[in-house]
Amino acid sequence: MAQVKGSPTIDMTPMVDLAFLLVTFFMLSANFRSDEPVVVDTPSSIASEEIPKNIVLITIDKGGRVFYGFTAGEEARKNVLIKMAAKYKVKLSQEHLKKFSLLSSFACDVHQLPKYLDLESEDRKKTTGTIPSDSTNNQLKDWINFGNIEGLAAGKVKFEDAAMKNPDAVMNEYKPKFILKVDGKALYSHAKNVIETFRDLDLNNLNFVTSLEASGAK
Amino acid sequence: MADMGEGGGGHEKGGKKRAKKGSTRVDMTPLVDLAFLLLTFFVLTSTFSKPKVMSLVYPAKPKPDQVIDAQAQKINNAITFLLSENKIYYYKGEYYAVGNPKGKPSTQLEETNFGPTGVRKLLADLNKSVLIGKAKLKVKLDSKLIKESQYLDGIKELKKADEALKVLIKTDDKAICKNFIDLVDELRINEIGVIAPVDLLASEFEMIKAKIK
Repeated sequence: MAQVKGSPTIDMTPMVDLAFLLVTFFMLSANFRSDEPVVVDTPSSIASEEIPKNIVLITIDKGGRVFYGFTAGEEARKNVLIKMAAKYKVKLSQEHLKKFSLLSSFACDVHQLPKYLDLESEDRKKTTGTIPSDSTNNQLKDWINFGNIEGLAAGKVKFEDAAMKNPDAVMNEYKPKFILKVDGKALYSHAKNVIETFRDLDLNNLNFVTSLEASGAK
Repeated sequence: MADMGEGGGGHEKGGKKRAKKGSTRVDMTPLVDLAFLLLTFFVLTSTFSKPKVMSLVYPAKPKPDQVIDAQAQKINNAITFLLSENKIYYYKGEYYAVGNPKGKPSTQLEETNFGPTGVRKLLADLNKSVLIGKAKLKVKLDSKLIKESQYLDGIKELKKADEALKVLIKTDDKAICKNFIDLVDELRINEIGVIAPVDLLASEFEMIKAKIK
């Protein structure tokens, strides 16, 4: 008994050091998946460009539902909604605006938007609405158009900041980019409808979200 | 702290203090538990492969007052791909309907597949001029005869050249997005510069239907 008394416990300090080092690493490197309303299984490609910061994101899920997302910042999101509400004469409270500015992506008719915003985020996922994008009622076109305008404005502010520090900054990098996130199984005709909407607005440079190909092509 | 306390008081009542010697260490087990719990959580939730984007420039829509000239007809060295559900057909050159006034034989569709022996091989054969030109430029770049920017400009020039293959993509109502993106991806691999997704003609739709049956 007396002989073993000196070392009844293992010194765990190095292990704890290592564990916390790893925890810190993963905490800092992790970027959480933003809370998206649908899971979209994107096709793979050899493309290696990363998604830019300032984007207008249109998601199309398996069933052809169209989602709209916009990442130029909370203020810009509010402005987009204010413009949309003014155009379609939808009454929104300050609370609605606040909620909308925090929303990542949504799919519903603009007239249903107040009701949609009142829902809890879990209930929103259960809704089955879409953003109308047909020729008689093309709300998507307005969303994209206002998103583009606000995205440009927000990008310009950022560009001016960057240009102060670095005279080589290019405005192009700060312009909003248009991203299509389509499910591989969605019918192309659904995507085409959205693409035609972009082309109607003279926005011809589109980007498709793809996952990296598992086996490097070539 | 515990050590200090021991050292400060331990002269007269040494016997009693020595009994507490075992508790100088902090029990780290809960700490380790927590650390590993967090570690596991972050390992499992973190996503390493960020999604990528593939950019595609669509042709601008013609303005209403703009007269559509027959330029589309003049494109030489073009290939048209027709997509249906997980199927891919193609024809080379212009489209000729049955009994066309020029008296050319009517266009027949040929079937291929998305695998490396299908579309990729076909495109590599048809777009040889660009691929060979690119390989030559690459050699020059590697031996430092030209700069990176010259290399990229050179490739752009090659893609614009007359000999470069132009691709038209048409889709029917059953085609899925995966087909389209796979095809564009193949075009990327083979350095095709001009990609134009266009509308399907009714007669072409009939041809696809007939092929599937």
